[in-house]
Amino acid sequence: MSQSFDDISAQLRKRHRKSARLKWISMGALGLAGLFLVLFFADMLGKGLPAFQQAQIQVEIDYNEEAQRMGRAALDPEVSRLVSRTFERLIPGQIRDNPELLGTTETRWVLADSQVDQYLKRHRHKLNEAQQATVDELVEEGRVELKFNTTFFTTGDSKMPEASGILSAAVGTVLTMLVTLAIAFPIGVMTAVYLEEFAPDNRFTQFIEININNLAAIPSILFGLLGLAIFINFFGVPRSSPLVGGMTLALMTLPVIIIATRTALRSVPDSIRHAAFGVGCSRWQVVRDHVLPLAMPGIMTGSIIGLAQAMGETAPLIIVGMVAFIPDVSASFTQAATVLPAQVFTWAGEPERAFVEKTAGGILVLLSILIFLNATAVILRKKFERRW
Amino acid sequence: MQTNQLLALFSGVLLVLGLVAFFLGRAKAAKVRASGTAMYAQPDQYAWFTVLATAGPALLVGAAGAFFMLLLGAEIPTLYLLAASLVVAAAGLMVGIQQVRPDFHARKAIERVIRAILVTAALISIFTTFGILFSIVFEALRFFQMHSFWDFVTGTVWNPGASFLAAAGRAEEGASAAQFGSVPLFAGTFMITAIAMLVAIPVGLLAAIYMAEFAPKRVRTLAKPTLEVLAGIPTVVYGFFAAITVAPIIVDVAGFFGLDASFNNAVAPGVVMGIMIIPFISSLSDDVINSVPDSMRQGSLALGMTHGETIRDVVIPAALPGIISASLLAVSRALGETMIVVMAAGMRPNLTANPLEDMTTVTVRIVAALTGDLEFESAETLSAFALGLVLFAVTLSLNLVSVLMIRRFREKYRVNNL
Amino acid sequence: MTSLQSTTPKVAVNSPEPEVGQPVTRNEQACHDLSIRVRDLSLWYGETQALKSLSIDIFQKNVTALIGPSGCGKSTFLRCLNRMNDLIPGVTIRGLVEMDGFDVNAVKMDEVALRRRVGMVFQKPNPFPKSIYENVAYAPRMHDLVSRKADQDELVEKALRDAGLWEEVKDKLHQPGTSLSGGQQQRLCIARAIAVQPDVILMDEPTSALDPISTATIEDLMDKLKQQFTIITVTHNMQQAARVADYTAFFHLGEIIEYNDTQMMFSSPATKKAEDYITGRYG
Repeated sequence: MSQSFDDISAQLRKRHRKSARLKWISMGALGLAGLFLVLFFADMLGKGLPAFQQAQIQVEIDYNEEAQRMGRAALDPEVSRLVSRTFERLIPGQIRDNPELLGTTETRWVLADSQVDQYLKRHRHKLNEAQQATVDELVEEGRVELKFNTTFFTTGDSKMPEASGILSAAVGTVLTMLVTLAIAFPIGVMTAVYLEEFAPDNRFTQFIEININNLAAIPSILFGLLGLAIFINFFGVPRSSPLVGGMTLALMTLPVIIIATRTALRSVPDSIRHAAFGVGCSRWQVVRDHVLPLAMPGIMTGSIIGLAQAMGETAPLIIVGMVAFIPDVSASFTQAATVLPAQVFTWAGEPERAFVEKTAGGILVLLSILIFLNATAVILRKKFERRW
Repeated sequence: MQTNQLLALFSGVLLVLGLVAFFLGRAKAAKVRASGTAMYAQPDQYAWFTVLATAGPALLVGAAGAFFMLLLGAEIPTLYLLAASLVVAAAGLMVGIQQVRPDFHARKAIERVIRAILVTAALISIFTTFGILFSIVFEALRFFQMHSFWDFVTGTVWNPGASFLAAAGRAEEGASAAQFGSVPLFAGTFMITAIAMLVAIPVGLLAAIYMAEFAPKRVRTLAKPTLEVLAGIPTVVYGFFAAITVAPIIVDVAGFFGLDASFNNAVAPGVVMGIMIIPFISSLSDDVINSVPDSMRQGSLALGMTHGETIRDVVIPAALPGIISASLLAVSRALGETMIVVMAAGMRPNLTANPLEDMTTVTVRIVAALTGDLEFESAETLSAFALGLVLFAVTLSLNLVSVLMIRRFREKYRVNNL
Repeated sequence: MTSLQSTTPKVAVNSPEPEVGQPVTRNEQACHDLSIRVRDLSLWYGETQALKSLSIDIFQKNVTALIGPSGCGKSTFLRCLNRMNDLIPGVTIRGLVEMDGFDVNAVKMDEVALRRRVGMVFQKPNPFPKSIYENVAYAPRMHDLVSRKADQDELVEKALRDAGLWEEVKDKLHQPGTSLSGGQQQRLCIARAIAVQPDVILMDEPTSALDPISTATIEDLMDKLKQQFTIITVTHNMQQAARVADYTAFFHLGEIIEYNDTQMMFSSPATKKAEDYITGRYG
């Protein structure tokens, strides 16, 4: 006959242990995923934060005859090795533009060479013993210092790590995103409005729906192939331009915006539509005046998330050539440009140690922008969230 | 005149015509109404109709002309084309004004046009899919005209090095003929995907089980968005992380065990890709596990099963189609992932079963073939499209199977939030 | 009814003040060994009190029906007996539920062990997403009730026979349990419950989702099963209570208004409220 509670409890002990084990293991899995995240951010911060500081050196510039031809001659030979070559190159031009400088001297803080920078940050460097001694001495005298790296935010790419910055990539990103939004937002919203509010439920509509879901899952690199074969080779859109990059990303972002907009439209209760129909609105008037305004927060949230996704995308942009070396900021939609993630990719490929820090610095900037965008989306959703 | 200036002029004139149409249409409609005649629509609707009648046909003519010029190479001078469009616009304006009559349904006409515009927008997504398909298939066919499909599928040597010489008509100068055997690329792709799945599926699934079955509500509301952060990090960042941080760790660990690992080993990109994919699996699995009806759990608990046994023997089997579907999507995602492998995996096609060696993937070769100053007509460039075609076919079928499985799950438990 | 009164001389008929938890009238054909003793049981969902100091004695190898208007706490009470309310957050329980000399709500009481002895059949059939065979064999195997395959086969057959389902499914034991009709699924769930050989089977409106023919089959089944098990069933169908139950408890607003021999309850209820409900004045 049936067993007593004591018998059963004794038999259950092992099974309870197993059950508890599952709980702890699954908790551990979640913890592991969290740990990855923490380690990742710690690693990026550790590698990237030094990029926001840059060694500067106080030098005496002697605008002499020789410096007209070779900038290095303007500097004390002992320190000239420690100064960034990008600065030395500018001196002859400065004299040419302002002849009255000739014969004068000036004491200024200028960018130090990346090796000095790396030496000060205790990273691997290539300074020899004598140079190290000089730097140490200059530090003692207060003539070499780590200062906030404004160069990083005010210049474009450079072959010199100390002189490279993210401005041209940032401008490229803004231009590309403008193109992406200008194309993907109206088309995405219109598609969603059609599918949700107008389309009859037939084979054709189903086909569009399946197709959109599919598009969302196609590897991004294939969109790059499309951009290359159709936009560049067929329609002759200039390669490497924000225009072609933005168009390619727009097609990728389209499904995100469509799906978000449909969800937002669907969450508007039918009673609103019926009420509007009831006072004699046509279908289009119902959508324009009643449904769309109510769905707008959801649409905006979805679009911001889509935008953030597009902003981090690199693979299709490599294929359409947006990994160009862009030292100067250009505000044109049709000239070669680069974007933040592509800049990160380019720097990651540079062999010099100083570029690792620039890469991580660029990553931190990119992540900050993405976190800001996503936080905006979350706040927007929280603020306008409405339960019907 | 420059094309740009011409276009600016054209837009300006069209804008003026549109404004004229708007005010003329409204004025006429207002006058008719003031005279006491009942009209089908509001004056503003007549005004908008006249604007549409003016600008619509003109833009269509312009677009059609541009399309013929680009597609068929027809030589139509831009000036004439734009002038013709403006003439059409003027004609449209006349017709539009004429139509401002009490018995004309301006609102219905506008809404027909709006509907047509919406349908066109919806068609763009279809054009995109077919654009991808045709661009890839077309170029891939050109590749297969140069190299046999059979060699591509079964060959074990990928050595495109000499193909640019062939493109330049100097094939005989190349030391060896180019070879396009894709097997090593697919082997590398599957190796890295498999490593990624070994990380992502257990961690993602168990995390989902914890969130759905054990976690207190507060942990759950916090953990889910936190995991989503992993999916929001750009792949290029993961690539850097894999190459700079994880790969040296793998080499050190392998060295500790006396193994020789390459800095471009397959483990680093595989593991990092797995981390990236965790939220895909956990998020969808969490939804699916939550959709398993509570009556299932209660039925099992009421039989004297422990919570763990209920999860293992009842909840997970019930959620299995959804979990498989999530995993298939994750596989599809891993196969097509580009930046992580471009930055952290090797460039050398290498047919090996040792994940500590360097190996390359399909996406790496696509990127390699399409960057740099290669001639577009060369077999190496076109091989990228052949690889892309395979990638497209595989990911498409994985996605379709996954959609079918989730649909079956949805029908079984009548849940609509998946 | 008159015959009943004449053959039950030892208990006062319609006694206005029955002993706490005891039925007003004893059913003389029923067994009166105690199965579950409930005293002063109260339950709160957060701030709302759903059960108000209930006391009731449930007798072994009987069918006890719980009736009452919806929201009166009868299902909540039923779920107290195998602690299924533990799964709902924010539930507070006070009072005694005693089975076999153990306090069911005691901290050291293993609720899994309790459920092993107090099985449950739910309102909607909920077979597992497994084969018919596995649905029945799963729990006994986990509980180590069977070790050999032959024993397991035998047990599955016996459970299915007891549930009156064997003849209908013996040729398709390996098809999924969900492929059966609603009534068959519910009998499968009963077979699943009796396969672990519990003492008590709780049934929470087991026929409310079924057609009349399946309902009749399950009512017959309850009648047979009470030879082996104590059955407590919640029903909102008074005819069903009258047909299957030996004892009936009438719930109203979280209280037991009347607990009585079923025939007495339906012929001459002791309380006005029960009478009003039975005669259909409200409910």
